[in-house]
Amino acid sequence: MAETQSKGLIGRFLAASPDSVGKTLFIAVAVCLVASMIVSTAAVSLRPVQEINKKRDKQLNVLQVAGLYEPGQNVAEAFAAFEPQVLDLETGQFTDQFDAASFDDLAAAQDPELSRALDNDPAGIGRQSRYKTVYLLREENGDLDKVILPIHGYGLWSTLYGFIAVEENGNDIFGLQFYQHGETPGLGAEVDNPRWKSLWSGKKLHDESGALQISVAKAQGPAGPEHHIDALAGATLTSVGVDNLVKFWMGEEGYAPFLAALQAGEL
Amino acid sequence: MAQTKKDMLVDPLVDNNPITLQVLGICSALAVTSSLQVAFVMTLAVTFVTAFSSMFISILRNQIPSSIRIIVQMVIIASLVILVDQVLKAYAFEISKTLSVFVGLIITNCIVMGRAEAFAMSNPPVASFIDGLGNGMGYGLILMLVGIIRELFGSGSLFGITILETVNNGGWYVPNGMLLLPPSAFFVIGLLIWAFRTWKPNQVEEREYKIQNVEAH
Repeated sequence: MAETQSKGLIGRFLAASPDSVGKTLFIAVAVCLVASMIVSTAAVSLRPVQEINKKRDKQLNVLQVAGLYEPGQNVAEAFAAFEPQVLDLETGQFTDQFDAASFDDLAAAQDPELSRALDNDPAGIGRQSRYKTVYLLREENGDLDKVILPIHGYGLWSTLYGFIAVEENGNDIFGLQFYQHGETPGLGAEVDNPRWKSLWSGKKLHDESGALQISVAKAQGPAGPEHHIDALAGATLTSVGVDNLVKFWMGEEGYAPFLAALQAGEL
Repeated sequence: MAQTKKDMLVDPLVDNNPITLQVLGICSALAVTSSLQVAFVMTLAVTFVTAFSSMFISILRNQIPSSIRIIVQMVIIASLVILVDQVLKAYAFEISKTLSVFVGLIITNCIVMGRAEAFAMSNPPVASFIDGLGNGMGYGLILMLVGIIRELFGSGSLFGITILETVNNGGWYVPNGMLLLPPSAFFVIGLLIWAFRTWKPNQVEEREYKIQNVEAH
């Protein structure tokens, strides 16, 4: 036992019973500190690479929703076919206040100057940017072919971020795709299922009177099959979320002025 | 406890396999085995986490207060899992999207906790590391076997390389679509357990009850 006396402070600490209150607290704090340092170091140092991946993934999704994606192609090169524009939601006109290539509409939603709080908020997004980055796809002769509009809204667990591709007439849907969400795998995450996504192709947003009729529902509404997308089985709340967010973004507070301009052939 | 290091590494592969003998970690085995590539990345992730969490827990084992030992183990395991998740997001983005929540769920994988509590808390670091490595590989072995069966017969390919030309692509093979759905992993794992226990009858558990012949009244 003479040995214990010769040990230093650290030695005595290590030899102490691990069940004493002081040591319990010390170990708890120390383990948490070290673990949090490791985790935050990893998160911070890997962020730039992750951001590049995210950007590439977003471009890939724009390509996919426009039906242009081929496996193995150079995403950045193919993405150059799109013409990004910043859209003023209220007027439905493009604005050149911002640089369209670098403007981040999701970040702008947090900026009080560029966004507004929503009173009527069916999509559950809280604040909405007044300006959105949209992507135009033109035919070879320069005529507008499709527009790719970013949409997002709350599903069951998470905010779904995606794109909707609309034909140049501002009424026919070409496709819909989400690039980021945290819905339940196998149920809500079936929004990524190619078969379900293909249901959107060829649907019409508005009826002949111009009223917004598109709906994601279990049963077809009175508006007829061309406005109805079958809800996902086993994912009622995710489907309701998608229904709400599509209605919101296609409605008056979303892209309606822009779609009206498209329908009038002003662009 | 006369186990050699080699035993520790090889034992969990067949004789003491975490999936087929202990029937642990089934949840993620169902979810990530529809393609081999994803199963392989999951194997690497789980092996990394079990090996290093066992090692770190073993280093601290004499200092961890017993009243908070599970929490300390969880903190170590969770940190390693976040680390893996971040690395995957940076360097294997597509696969990390397919794995989605299942990387995070490694934290609750019974194999990792099981080895930490059963082995690492009472054995030295190197042995614990090898034990974790062995158990991760045992889990991975079954994952890969299930993955091979599901991907080959479900989509006619291995690691995304076409082996059996499917009808959709102008070939002759009609893929079994059921193998791409999670329930098929249940069937495959069940058959594997049956095969393992036929091969090694000492793995068969004793019945908990016996059906008695009650005479008719």
